[in-house]
Amino acid sequence: MDIFLQQIINGLTTGSVYAVVALGYTMVYGIIQLINFAHGEVVMIGAMVAFTFITSLAGGNLPAPVILLAGVLAAVPTCMVIGYLLERAAYRPLRHAPRLAPLITAIGMSIILQHLALLVWGRNPMSFPQIMENPIIPIGGAVISGVQIGIILLSFMMMAGLTWFVYRTRFGIAIRATAENVRVAELMGVNANRVIAATFIIGAGLGAVAGVMFGTYYGIVHYTMGFTLGLKAFSAAVLGGIGNIAGAMVGGILLGLVEALATGYIGDLSNLCHWPGLGTSSMLAERCADGGNFVVFGSNYQDVFAFLMLILVLVLRPSGLLGERVSERA
Amino acid sequence: MTSTLLEARGVGKRFGGVQALKDVSITINQGEIYGLIGPNGAGKTTFFNVLTGLYPRDGGEVLFAGKPLNLSSPHEVAKAGIARTFQNIRLFGNMTSLENVMVGRHVRTHAGVVGAILRSRSEREEEDAIRRRAEELLHYVGVADRANDLARHLSYGDQRRLEIARALATEPKLLALDEPAAGMNATETAALRVLIEGVRNDGLTVLLIEHDVKLVMGLCDRVAVLEYGEKIAEDVPAVVRADPKVIEAYIGTSAH
Amino acid sequence: MNMLKGRVGLIMLGTALLILPFVLGMAGTAWVRITNFAVLYVLLSLGLNIVVGYAGLLDLGYIAFFAVGAYVYALLASPHFGIHLPFWIILPIGAFVACIAGMVLGAPTLRLRGDYLAIVTLGFGEIVRIFMNNLSNPINITNGPKGVNLIDPFHIGPINFAKTDTFAGLDVSGPIKYYYFLLVVLMVVIVINRRLQDSRIGRAWVAIREDEMAAKAAGINTRNIKLLAFAMGASFGGISGGMFAAIQGFVSPESFILNESIMVLAMVVLGGMGNIWGVVAGAIVLAFVPEVLRYTVEPAQMALFGRTLVEPEVLRMLIFGSALVLTMRFRPAGFWPETRHKREFIEPAEK
Repeated sequence: MDIFLQQIINGLTTGSVYAVVALGYTMVYGIIQLINFAHGEVVMIGAMVAFTFITSLAGGNLPAPVILLAGVLAAVPTCMVIGYLLERAAYRPLRHAPRLAPLITAIGMSIILQHLALLVWGRNPMSFPQIMENPIIPIGGAVISGVQIGIILLSFMMMAGLTWFVYRTRFGIAIRATAENVRVAELMGVNANRVIAATFIIGAGLGAVAGVMFGTYYGIVHYTMGFTLGLKAFSAAVLGGIGNIAGAMVGGILLGLVEALATGYIGDLSNLCHWPGLGTSSMLAERCADGGNFVVFGSNYQDVFAFLMLILVLVLRPSGLLGERVSERA
Repeated sequence: MTSTLLEARGVGKRFGGVQALKDVSITINQGEIYGLIGPNGAGKTTFFNVLTGLYPRDGGEVLFAGKPLNLSSPHEVAKAGIARTFQNIRLFGNMTSLENVMVGRHVRTHAGVVGAILRSRSEREEEDAIRRRAEELLHYVGVADRANDLARHLSYGDQRRLEIARALATEPKLLALDEPAAGMNATETAALRVLIEGVRNDGLTVLLIEHDVKLVMGLCDRVAVLEYGEKIAEDVPAVVRADPKVIEAYIGTSAH
Repeated sequence: MNMLKGRVGLIMLGTALLILPFVLGMAGTAWVRITNFAVLYVLLSLGLNIVVGYAGLLDLGYIAFFAVGAYVYALLASPHFGIHLPFWIILPIGAFVACIAGMVLGAPTLRLRGDYLAIVTLGFGEIVRIFMNNLSNPINITNGPKGVNLIDPFHIGPINFAKTDTFAGLDVSGPIKYYYFLLVVLMVVIVINRRLQDSRIGRAWVAIREDEMAAKAAGINTRNIKLLAFAMGASFGGISGGMFAAIQGFVSPESFILNESIMVLAMVVLGGMGNIWGVVAGAIVLAFVPEVLRYTVEPAQMALFGRTLVEPEVLRMLIFGSALVLTMRFRPAGFWPETRHKREFIEPAEK
């Protein structure tokens, strides 16, 4: 099997999900310079709501795509409402407060949402019903599944849709103007409150779909899934250049690829038995004999890479790949 | 006789495609009050920010007291002996006036964490010295009666003075004031003028950016004029005032 | 008159603190233990207060430094490696290692906008946990999710903190000894916090919190001073972690999850960022919340519904989350605010 190609395919899949979630972070940050910590939890709730709908419909005789669609159609508005409420009730009153206040509120909201989800859906991981037929298609020494194709296509469609919306519609122009300068945009007749609320709603809607994709892909949902996913998506947004919509997409895909490749190869690379000289050295000879292994870092370190990448980007190029300088503002 | 304190050579600054400063060279002599004027948007504050390390410069160099000035960071500039105020007053609003000035002593004092925790004798003495010096400076600028009030509760004029006291606390050789008279009434401006002259008489050199041409012309020993990021004149006030280029620059802008 | 009153109050408080463990001991040693953990939380909050309250840097992975201190203690005083160093050597080592970790993390991020620090520390907390969980292979360093057991208690001369001794006819149990030890540490930490607050460094921290650009122009090397705050906070976390390991007798990654960082942050925020007594009060109140919930919520639900609908643990986190949100919304300076901070939060500066 071609590990490289396989990891590219896997990375492209998870990367697409990261990218869609990252859009939620980047749009909000671009306009009000707030890291919406609770965004990851919104994505989780999207997955959970879809889970409930799909599980309850799965027994009936509706066709699978209809059930899946019903799940998505339930998740998206739910998340949009949550996104709106977050902005309206938690963040808006603090818009002119000192910088720490909205950040602390965001982390508080994240904890609240997470534990409300725990109350509703319980403490245990739940298996996400796999109702869609999932053909496995071989390509060039690797395989791609129907679900993977679906996720990649859907993600790209959403990204294209958002790009069109932001660059080609009147409201999109208002969003970009507000991101540039809130006061000037307001003078030009833009209702900044509406624009800000809209970015939360759009981000949450995209996040809901991402949550469903994530659940379908990994086959499991859990009330804590939003935390790591959110952290990674945020890293993706920073990687691409936070505040930059194209950057979030590029960053997401790139992060997915890096993570998949790193996870795929780290075990082999850190297997000291394969290192020339080391494997036969007296220290390791016993462990390495008869094809034994001495793996320093296994694939269980998967969740570390996104974070390391985040630090690396902050050190080397804090503006991200496509962004402007983000060092402290005057 | 007069020795040079600061010499800027060919300083440039770009913001994206805008050339905010073009090849600006000025010379400030020891002990003088040097004015920098120019129409709005001429690049005065930009020059100031470059000179005090807040903006990285694009080309040029600055000699200060005979040595190249390290412009990499504002605190290096403060350490070298240039202190500044801001056009839109930037005090530590929720610290008292006294504490604001005490912060200014930071760069000339040394106590670290260990000293602070152990309250060693040298640390206590330094802390007392910081406090005494800060109190003196509050007297000097005339806001001693507000020493224990939060800086944000001071009147506008007092805030300007407090900011000058904080700058003086860093023991500068050059005091750089960014539009200190902005928003002041006539009485406050007159008092400010006395304060600036006093600072100079105490041996400091003053760099003054000002919009109020009358104040600059009356107060400064020499004046430079910026227009569109370029220096168009540098001389004693009487000569600058008569310079056709300067007249045109001012009339040209006011005609808009 | 006032000073006399203050002194009398202080003596009464001191006496109360001294006899407290014996009073609690009557209700059960468990209560002494709970009090000890509450004091540990107070210590952690005071450490975080330096970072968040004084310097205005939001550290969301603070518990990671606590974890580092705890694991350093566990590995250097347990049968796991067969090393048994005395506590007064290990605690400083733990503080030092945590401090280094803090500097390594802070150096690249502290020159950026503050919110990056928040997210990076958040990630750092997770990373530390992932490493603790997985560093059991190929060489067993942390013993993975099972954690490290049989950690040595403190010994001072002949006194073993795990055993009950009788002094002058009074039975002094292990937790009571730890209580007094913690009380001493707590007093030292409070004095350190106070002295830092009124020092050259403390003023520089507040100046940075108030206006970073003006602080720079006034000659403060903001990056170093911020790093200093971060490293100080980390060291306090490291020391607390070491004591935690000794008191608890075992450590495992489970004790160092994000929720713990949030809990400590909630203590600092609820009490009043930057104010020592506010933070102490906030920490004590919130540290007892889980216990109070355990003894009230569960029985109440059993009585009302015949089963537990909302576990106390979940309710606890909901309370902490709400504490953060509601405090920021309605009492942003906390319930016992520092005067300076109070004003800042009530009438925010026009920037």
